[in-house]
Amino acid sequence: MFVPCGESDPDFSGCTLVLPAVSVGNVGQLAIDLIISTLNMSKIGYFYTDCLVPMVGNNPYATAEENSTELSINTEVYSLPSRKLVALQLRSIFIKYKSNSFCEKLLSWVKSSSFTRVIVLSSSHSYQRNDLQLRSTPFRYLLTPCMQKSVENKIKSLNWQEMEKTPCIPEMSDSDYCVRIPGGGITRALYEEGFPFLLFFHETGSPRVTQASTLNPSSLPAPASKCWDSGGVQHGSQHAGLSVSLGEELERPVACSCSKEIYMAVLLKFVSEGDNVPDALGLAEYLNEWLQLIKPQSKDPAPPTLPWKIPSSWKLLFGSGLPPALF
Amino acid sequence: MAATFFGEVVKAPCRTGAEDEEEEEEEARRETPEDRVLRQQLAQKREVRLLRRQTKTTLEVSLLEKYPCSQFIIAVGNNAVAFLSAFVMNSGVWEEVGCAKLWNEWCRTTDTLHMSPSEAHCVFYHLKSTPSVILCQCSCYVAEDQQYQWLDKVFGSCPRKNMQVTVLTCRHVTDYKTSESTGSLPSPFLKALKTQNFRDPVCCSLLEQPNIVHDLPAAVLSHCQVWRLPAVLYLCYTDVMKLDLLTAAAFQPVLASRSLKGLAKNIPQSTEILKRLMTLNEVQSNIYT
Repeated sequence: MFVPCGESDPDFSGCTLVLPAVSVGNVGQLAIDLIISTLNMSKIGYFYTDCLVPMVGNNPYATAEENSTELSINTEVYSLPSRKLVALQLRSIFIKYKSNSFCEKLLSWVKSSSFTRVIVLSSSHSYQRNDLQLRSTPFRYLLTPCMQKSVENKIKSLNWQEMEKTPCIPEMSDSDYCVRIPGGGITRALYEEGFPFLLFFHETGSPRVTQASTLNPSSLPAPASKCWDSGGVQHGSQHAGLSVSLGEELERPVACSCSKEIYMAVLLKFVSEGDNVPDALGLAEYLNEWLQLIKPQSKDPAPPTLPWKIPSSWKLLFGSGLPPALF
Repeated sequence: MAATFFGEVVKAPCRTGAEDEEEEEEEARRETPEDRVLRQQLAQKREVRLLRRQTKTTLEVSLLEKYPCSQFIIAVGNNAVAFLSAFVMNSGVWEEVGCAKLWNEWCRTTDTLHMSPSEAHCVFYHLKSTPSVILCQCSCYVAEDQQYQWLDKVFGSCPRKNMQVTVLTCRHVTDYKTSESTGSLPSPFLKALKTQNFRDPVCCSLLEQPNIVHDLPAAVLSHCQVWRLPAVLYLCYTDVMKLDLLTAAAFQPVLASRSLKGLAKNIPQSTEILKRLMTLNEVQSNIYT
């Protein structure tokens, strides 16, 4: 749940929420650190749950002695009111079996706080790329359908590459296609929660619940079959008195009401574990191409350098100093 | 995946635990009713229970709801526990008010149902003369999936007001990040972390970034920070994690703090008690006899 630092709850309506997925190389989290540090965002609260491993430390964005003693915990919310930007930072990993619970709590907070849109910064294993991906840019994006409608033109103008769908079962030619983000942590779960489910039935078969993101375009049923957009029917949940599960065959079609879809974008980079600071800078700059949070410092157009402020906590990333006797 | 020098393909470890999450998702989808029952049984076995050993009853409400508290002092780990035993518990009359019973893979005892009094590792006491002073001696490891449960059973869901929390614990000096080599550090040494609402002076320097704290002390401090309770954590970095006189004695500067001042009455006597505690627990090596 969100607990404000101050006495009153801040107003998030109209704001963009940026958050990381805990993913390979911690790239999303490092990118969020850069954004919070560079834009000097102020801490406005905590997203306190029992889903992440507890940790505490002093202010990771300290700039002076005075502000270096503020305690930070594992999930904190920062804001930049002038840009209607809110950042949620996650600083530890999920407790086993708690990642789904976290996704539910997070999206419930997003909906109740009326955030305009959510941007998830993530990463995926570079060794899982296919041949095409190896030869192209390492950055990818994903948009939920309503977000697609909203920012289609902007994304087109940026010439970005959408994350490719891959067959769920590679050996099968008519396999459904789905979005797979290996090493992406909760990225896929968050993205799919913002996606509608489809209830459809074949001419001869019974109605079946399928997730829109798994549809293989070439295997869509004949025109005589009907599709119902079920909006936010949750996997395994009760709706209209009927419990529906993914892939389940139903005795009769169910008309479901559409719940609000989430305006969500996922921005990710293919990375390997190692020194992921350059990857974080790359991902932050990828986000900046869209949101234009910071402008290049130098007047010289080529190459423009963005003035990212490295947080003061980004030191000794690979451990303490070495004993001189070692050499 | 990565190929080793010998050409075998191995799964590269992911420091974010992200691999586990993908597998977890797949597992959850394939979970049969039997798996669910097993998972529930394991969760039940790992449940944190708070009970009164004298009456063998479970506490119906959280500990601090039942026993209003103005000072809550928690020792986590054997050296912090030994320090409080010698310097604080021997200087007053303390009555046991509860005990946290829990099981995880780190516990020495395999019998989770009939833990004998000497095996219960997380015990709560209050000072008979001032019952609002509560002390917790926690020498067992509280696993990450049990830490929030522990917080819920002890602190409860309503934020407690008018209470100050002091936590004492140890960590190995190799966990301390510094630009010099950790071998050159004068261990044991104390560092502190405090919540925003803690206004008293601290008894040592504050823990600098990029150092962080995990486990139960971090869970307690996070709770206090979020719910605006004044709390301080004193962390002793040591190169001896087993019971050690120097490490336990390194907490002595904390006796000058507001929460512990007045609780430790006879320092020389306490030092002797500490020495005796060490010898009692020493495993006599007979390898050469």
